[in-house]
Amino acid sequence: MDRRDFLKITGASLGGLVIPSIYGRAVAAEALLTKVDAATKKRLADVALQAARSGGASYCDVRIGRYLRQFVITREDKVQNVVNTESSGVGIRVIANGTWGFAATSDMSDDGIAKAARQAIAIAKANSRLQAKPVELAPVKGVGEVSWATPIVKNAMEVPIKDKVDLLLGVNAAAMQAGASFVNSILFLVNEQKYFASTDGSYIDQDVHRIWAPLTVTAVDQKSGKFRTRHGLSAPRGMGFEYLDAKPADKVELPGGAVVYRDSYDMKADAIAAAKQAREKLTAQSVKPGKYDLVLDPSHLWLTIHESVGHPLELDRVLGYEANYAGTSFATLDKWKSKNFKYGSDKVTIFADKVQKGTLGAVGYDDEGVKTQRWDLIKDGVLVNYQVIRDQAHILGLDASQGCCYADSWSNVQFQRMANVSLAPGKDKLSPQDMIKNVENGIYIIGDGSFSIDQQRYNAQFGGQLFYEIKNGEVTRPLEDVAYQMRTPEFWNSCVAVCDESDYRFGGSFFDGKGQPGQVSAVSHGSATARFNGANVINTARSLG
Amino acid sequence: MSIYTEDQAKAILDKVVKLSKADQCSATLSGSNGGNIRYALNSVSTSGNVSDADLAVEVAFGKRVGTATINTFDDASLEAVVRRAEELARLAPENPEFVPAIDKQAYKPSGTFVEKTAAITPEYRAQVAAACIEPCRKDKLVAAGFFSDSQSFSAVANSKGNFGYQKSTGMDFTCTVRTDDGHGSGWVARNLADVSKFDAKSDIRTAIEKARGSVGAKALEPGKYTVIMEPAATAGLISFMMFGFDARSADEGRSFLSKKGGGNKLGEKLFDERVSIHADPWDAEAAVLPWDNDGLARERTPIITKGRVDYLHYSRYWAQKQGKRAVGQPGNLIMAGGDKSTMDLVKGTKKGVLVTRTWYIRMVDPQTVLLTGLTRDGTFYIENGEIKYPIKNFRFNESPAIMLNNLEELGKPVRVGDDESPFVMMIPPMKIRDFTFTSLSDAV
Repeated sequence: MDRRDFLKITGASLGGLVIPSIYGRAVAAEALLTKVDAATKKRLADVALQAARSGGASYCDVRIGRYLRQFVITREDKVQNVVNTESSGVGIRVIANGTWGFAATSDMSDDGIAKAARQAIAIAKANSRLQAKPVELAPVKGVGEVSWATPIVKNAMEVPIKDKVDLLLGVNAAAMQAGASFVNSILFLVNEQKYFASTDGSYIDQDVHRIWAPLTVTAVDQKSGKFRTRHGLSAPRGMGFEYLDAKPADKVELPGGAVVYRDSYDMKADAIAAAKQAREKLTAQSVKPGKYDLVLDPSHLWLTIHESVGHPLELDRVLGYEANYAGTSFATLDKWKSKNFKYGSDKVTIFADKVQKGTLGAVGYDDEGVKTQRWDLIKDGVLVNYQVIRDQAHILGLDASQGCCYADSWSNVQFQRMANVSLAPGKDKLSPQDMIKNVENGIYIIGDGSFSIDQQRYNAQFGGQLFYEIKNGEVTRPLEDVAYQMRTPEFWNSCVAVCDESDYRFGGSFFDGKGQPGQVSAVSHGSATARFNGANVINTARSLG
Repeated sequence: MSIYTEDQAKAILDKVVKLSKADQCSATLSGSNGGNIRYALNSVSTSGNVSDADLAVEVAFGKRVGTATINTFDDASLEAVVRRAEELARLAPENPEFVPAIDKQAYKPSGTFVEKTAAITPEYRAQVAAACIEPCRKDKLVAAGFFSDSQSFSAVANSKGNFGYQKSTGMDFTCTVRTDDGHGSGWVARNLADVSKFDAKSDIRTAIEKARGSVGAKALEPGKYTVIMEPAATAGLISFMMFGFDARSADEGRSFLSKKGGGNKLGEKLFDERVSIHADPWDAEAAVLPWDNDGLARERTPIITKGRVDYLHYSRYWAQKQGKRAVGQPGNLIMAGGDKSTMDLVKGTKKGVLVTRTWYIRMVDPQTVLLTGLTRDGTFYIENGEIKYPIKNFRFNESPAIMLNNLEELGKPVRVGDDESPFVMMIPPMKIRDFTFTSLSDAV
C-alpha cells in the first residue's frame, strides 16, 4: 500500500479539508448510484478512435472511466470522516511510429476527446526518436459490444450511510466493551465503471465492485507502559456489501481457538476477539529466536505469496522496467528457460488468474481488452511462466497476452499489474488440525503484520497478528515479538505440506503500489494453510531504556 | 489554466465564503502544472504533463461538517459546490471533536517558488534523460530513472477573514544505474526547489561509480556494525519516527513517546546530545508553505534540541482538550550537523560499512519504533578510512530512537526527498555505532 495516500485518506496525518487528488472530487452519496449508459460511451469512444486513425495511429484504445469511492472512518464512538469521491474522464493510448503515446482528459466533449487523441499521437511521435525497437502487440480479436459486472448481491454504494455508520460504531462499542483501549474501524468501497474500446473492434462495458472493512484494536497497559494492537482478520474482496453478512457457515475456528473467515465477515465478532487478543498480547511469552517449523494460515500467507511470488514474476520487473523504483527480480529469464528452476518444493503449485469469483482481480477483460484467464506460474515447484501484457507476450514466445493490464484511473496509463496469485491447495485430504499434529516445534501464524522485501525479492521479513507456539503436535500458548526472515527460493522449497481445498481462503491488498508516478491496484491471493520447515525466527522486542 | 494569481484566487475564495449560509466556511484553492519523464533499459518509457486545479469547501452547521470539492470555477459551479457542502453537513452526524474555523492568521511568505524551476520544458526533461542514458549506453551500463517537476499555488480563506496565497516549485530526480550483467547497482537522487542547482551530467557519475564499484560484493556476517549512513539512508527512518510525535497518541499510551503510568515524554532527553532537529518554513534550502493543512500558521519549531524532545504535534482538538496552543504542523525537518562530507566521515572510520540508501522500511513494533528494511544500490566495507570493497546488502532491524543514541559523528546536512515521507528534509550523513544488521540479502 502507498503509505502516504493511506494516511491522507484516514486523516492520520492531515486535516479533514484536503482530499487526495488521486481519489478525484468529493460528491454527494446519491451521485454514486447513477451510471452513464453504454451507448453514450460508445459514441465518445468512436470519436477518439476516429481521431486516432485519421491522425496516423496504427493502434488506439480508449478508456472512459468513472471511478467512485466511499470511505467511512471511525474511532471508538466517533465518525471521523465520510468521504465520497468521483473521478471521470477519458484516457487514450495510441501507437504511432511504432511507439506508445498516452493522453488523458476530463473534458468529455467531442472536441476535448479528439484533442486528447491527437496529443497522444504527438507524444508517441516525439518519443519515437528515442525508441530502440517498435512496439510489438500480441493480437487480440475484437469482441464487439459486451459487458461484465462483478457478481455482487448488495451494491454497497446503495446502502445508506447511516447503516454503515451504525455498523462501525456497533463494532467499536463491542470492542470497547470487550476490553479495547482504542478501536479504529473503516469501510472502503470502490466502484469502477470502466468502458474500453479499441481499434481491434472491442467495446467492453464493465462494472467492478470492491469492499474492505479493516479494523484495529489497541490495548494499553498504562502501568507497564506497554501497548499492543490486533488488526482485523478480514480480507478485502471483489464483492458487494454481502461480504459483511456474517454468515455462520463462513466462520472457521482454527486449532487453538482463533476464528477466521471465508466469504463473509463477522466484523463485530472479530472486533471482540481482537480486543481480548490484543490484551492477551500484553503478557504473552516473548519468542525465543531460532529455527521453527511454521504453520501459516491463509490470512497471513497471502502477503508472503504477494511479495515473494507475485512481484518477482511480473515480467516488466524481470526485464528491468521497474529497476529505479520497485526493483528487478531474482527470477530471471534464464531460470525460466532452463525449465528446471526449483522455485519451491513439489508441493508448491502457484497460479495466476483474474477470474476467481469474489477476488479483487476478477474482471471480464483487462484494461487492454484481453479476456481474463487462469495460468500456472509455478508447477510442482518449477518456474513455468510470468505475468505479461500485450506488448510483452512475444518476449516469452506467447501468441497472446494473459490479461494483466490495469490502470488505477482514466488519467493514468495502463501497464502490467499483478493478477491474483494463489497457492493451489494440496491434492490429499489435510486439515490444519491434522497438519499441526505432526509439528514438534513450531509457530502457528495468523493474520498479516509487518512486511519488507528486497528489490530483487530474495530476502524478506514478515510479522503477523497472532502467534501460537506448537509443541509436540499441540497449539500450546500465545507468543509475541515474532518475525521470520526468509530467502525466497529456500522458503518455498521448505514447504512440506499444503492443506486441502476445504481450507482454501483469500487474503489481499487494496492498495498495492507500483510505477512512477505511482499507481495502486487491488489483488487477491488464495491459499490453504501451509507448513514450512526450519524457518529462521527472530525476536523483535527492544528496550529503549 | 491551473495556476491562478493571488488576485484571481482571492476573488474566487471571497465569492465562496460569501455564498455560504452555514455557521462557518473554509476554502482551499490549489493548482499545479507538473511534468515528468521516466526511462528504463536506456530508453524513455513514459513522459507526461499533468495540470489540475481544485477547490475544497468545508462548511459547518454547529458541530456538523460537510466538505465538497470541484474543479470548475464559474459562478454557477461555485454556488453548486457550496450548496453541496452545506447539504452534506446537514446530513452528517455531529462530530464531538469539532473545532471552529481558525482565526485570522499572520502568514510570513517563504521562498518556495523559483522561476527557473517553473520554466522547465519537455525538452529539458528529455535532456535529463539523455544525460543519464548516453554515458550508460556507451559503457555497458543500464540506466532507469525518473525526473519530475512542478509549479503550484495554494490559497486558503475562511469566514473569519483569514487569507493566504503562495506559489511553490519543486523537482525530484532519481536514477538507478546497473551493470549490464546485473552484478552492480548504483543510485543517485536529487531533490531541489531550484533547478539551476541541478546537474544531471554530474550527478549520474555518482550512480555510475557506485554501479561499477558494487560489482563482486563480498558477504559479511550480519551483526552490529559501525555504519556511515548517507543522508538518504537515514531520512526514511527519521521520517517514520515522526509518526510517534503525535501528542494524542503519546497521551493515549500508544507511542514510543508515551510515559509509563500516563502522559508523554515531552521535555525528556531521549537522544544523543548532538541530535537537534527543528522545523522552519523559511529555511533557505528547504522552504515549505508558511501554513499547514489546517491553515494554521507554521512557526520555527524546535522538535528535538540537544537530544531533548521539545515538540509533539497537538491537533487543534487535542490542544484545546489539553489546554495547549496549537501551532502549524511542521512541513520540513532540519537536522543539525557539522561540515564534513560523507567521504570525510569515511576517512575517519577504522572499520565500518558505508550505506548509500535504505529500502522498503516498515514498522515492526511501534512500541520501540523498531523498523526493518534493507540497504540497496551501493553498500561498501570501510577499513582504515578507505572504501575497501563492495559488500552484499543487509537487512536491518533497528529503531531510530536507538540509532540516534549511538551517534559517533554528524556531517553536513543536505536536502533529501523521500517517496514515503510528507517532509522536505535536511539530513546530515551520520556515523553510527552498533547498527543492527540481522541478515544478508543476495539482491543487487
